[in-house]
Amino acid sequence: MNRIQTLFQLSGEKVIPFFTAGHPRLDSTADLVLAAERGGAAMVEVGMPFSDPLADGPVIQQSSQSALRNGMTTAKLLQQVKQVRESSEIPIALMGYLNPILHYGIQTFVTDARAAGVDGLIIPDLPCEESEDLVSLCKAQELSLVLLVAPNTPGKKITRISQLAQDLIYCVAVLGITGARLDEADGLVSYMERVQHHSESPFVVGFGIKTREDVRKVNRIADGAVVGTSLIEVINSANSPVEAAETYIRELGGKE
Amino acid sequence: MPDHRGHFDRYGGKYVPESLIPALKELEQQYRKAMTDANFQTELSNLLKHYAGRPTPLYHAGRLSEELGFEVWLKREDLNHTGAHKINNALGQILLARRMDKQRIIAETGAGQHGVATATVAARFGLQCIVYMGEEDIQRQKLNVFRMNLLGAEVRPVSTGSATLKDATNEAIRDWVTNVETTYYLLGSTVGPHPYPMLVRDFQSVISRETKEQFKVQVGVELPDRIVACVGGGSNAMGIFFDFLEDDVTLVGIEAAGKGLESGQHAATLTKGEFGVLHGSASYLLQDSNGQVTLPHSISAGLDYPGVGPEHSYLKSTGRVDYRTATDAEAVRAFQWLSEMEGILPALEPAHALAYLRQENNGITSGERVVICLSGRGDKDVNTVAHWIGVDS
Repeated sequence: MNRIQTLFQLSGEKVIPFFTAGHPRLDSTADLVLAAERGGAAMVEVGMPFSDPLADGPVIQQSSQSALRNGMTTAKLLQQVKQVRESSEIPIALMGYLNPILHYGIQTFVTDARAAGVDGLIIPDLPCEESEDLVSLCKAQELSLVLLVAPNTPGKKITRISQLAQDLIYCVAVLGITGARLDEADGLVSYMERVQHHSESPFVVGFGIKTREDVRKVNRIADGAVVGTSLIEVINSANSPVEAAETYIRELGGKE
Repeated sequence: MPDHRGHFDRYGGKYVPESLIPALKELEQQYRKAMTDANFQTELSNLLKHYAGRPTPLYHAGRLSEELGFEVWLKREDLNHTGAHKINNALGQILLARRMDKQRIIAETGAGQHGVATATVAARFGLQCIVYMGEEDIQRQKLNVFRMNLLGAEVRPVSTGSATLKDATNEAIRDWVTNVETTYYLLGSTVGPHPYPMLVRDFQSVISRETKEQFKVQVGVELPDRIVACVGGGSNAMGIFFDFLEDDVTLVGIEAAGKGLESGQHAATLTKGEFGVLHGSASYLLQDSNGQVTLPHSISAGLDYPGVGPEHSYLKSTGRVDYRTATDAEAVRAFQWLSEMEGILPALEPAHALAYLRQENNGITSGERVVICLSGRGDKDVNTVAHWIGVDS
């Protein structure tokens, strides 16, 4: 079993921070992962920067541009994960667009990522219709391919997605891009209940989650809450990004 | 082609966020229904005839032919309403948007021709229209920005990345993901996720159907020997190739070589790119050694795009179409040449196809009959050309 499979056998609230690898500095990735772990994160999602992140809002777009200017590459990121694994067993999922992975070579990427200590892979521009090859490659290497569902995904399809992504699925909380505003109304609750009803896998919820209250609300039904844009905003505005990230993640988990 | 999943062999597909999948499915269903609906076809062909001005002429360019030693015909898409072939697709898609009851239309634009066509049809049907356009393109295509404003559209400047067509497309997709329930995305080329490459091709294929018929009647010969079109995303090229794919006709696509293929500053995706995924489909792509999309360059805003339609990638892989390039300098010379020789100012995009006629080793033998898709008129490019000539001299 990989670390994601093990983690989601446990019940209880989970905070899952997202940040972009190589931002604000090329070598901040490992420090931020370790800070997240100290802050009580259950798992981390590390963004692989791409030149054309079409599911992302301005904050994550800019962090990706910054990371690319800093010289971040897929190969360097896998090195940084290896470095984290010298001192941490926190589950790590990489989140990135398909093209850099294709260019690296899908099979090589899956093998190298697993060898580096990566547990999961999230690709926002890979819907289940196009995921066939990657599903079987990931299964063979025990890398958890996390597929996404959206508020407009029909129930039957949620079931099909959860059968392909047995370890974990990722629910996009709103129709929109990262950094969007979370629906204040009951929409999110009924959406999560619908996913819970149709999904055969554990599921986490992301997009628009910013506060301790959001984290609690999501965890009442879902198996974890992903916090990305607002964490990157904290990182961007802090003098000591690593400490600020740790403090913010601790607050999100209600462990001040 | 494409298959039921929207693939042209290994190219094409639907590489988009899950939230767009229901919208793409609905679009495909509506499109397939419309294609067999006589009312839709009648409405579209009436609009193409009485609003856009089709059929466009197939014009024998006598002075060019005399100079070149082979016969050249121009398919005059520049004479369409709004000045380019883009209106063919915009009319088809706006009718789909109406069938789907969408009140808000969004589009991306590079040279501004597709933006103008979209703003035009949105005005014609009283629908809200927002056009995303890179800041760089807004600078070099001011005339078209003003035209869109006059037509009642909102032009939203995009400053991210290279601030050109690629980034405008990213922004349009982000808008669509956010407003998918109320909004129709009127995509302007044979790119993007399935079904767009197929439906844009089909709406543009009127160009090849007319060309075939006109050629037979006017020339008295069944088929031309060769058809040439410029390729950016590839919609005018797919439009004029489509009905000839099964015929014994040489098909040539001309990409933008910008400042030269070895300069790294070009938009020759099929010639210099590699397999990749951008804007929802798998195709050739200009990218660096880490799979990051690189900034293209072309003097022509309409060709300044690092991707290309998936069907072109497929047609390259089968060898059916011969893809070649022409530089900025060659395109400007061809722009001046056609203006002086035939009294027609071509857009800089098809000026690349015209430039091919004068290239050495173009493979054209004397007496051949060649059709060029003159996809748009050059008024929008007059400033760019003036600037170039000033710098050049």
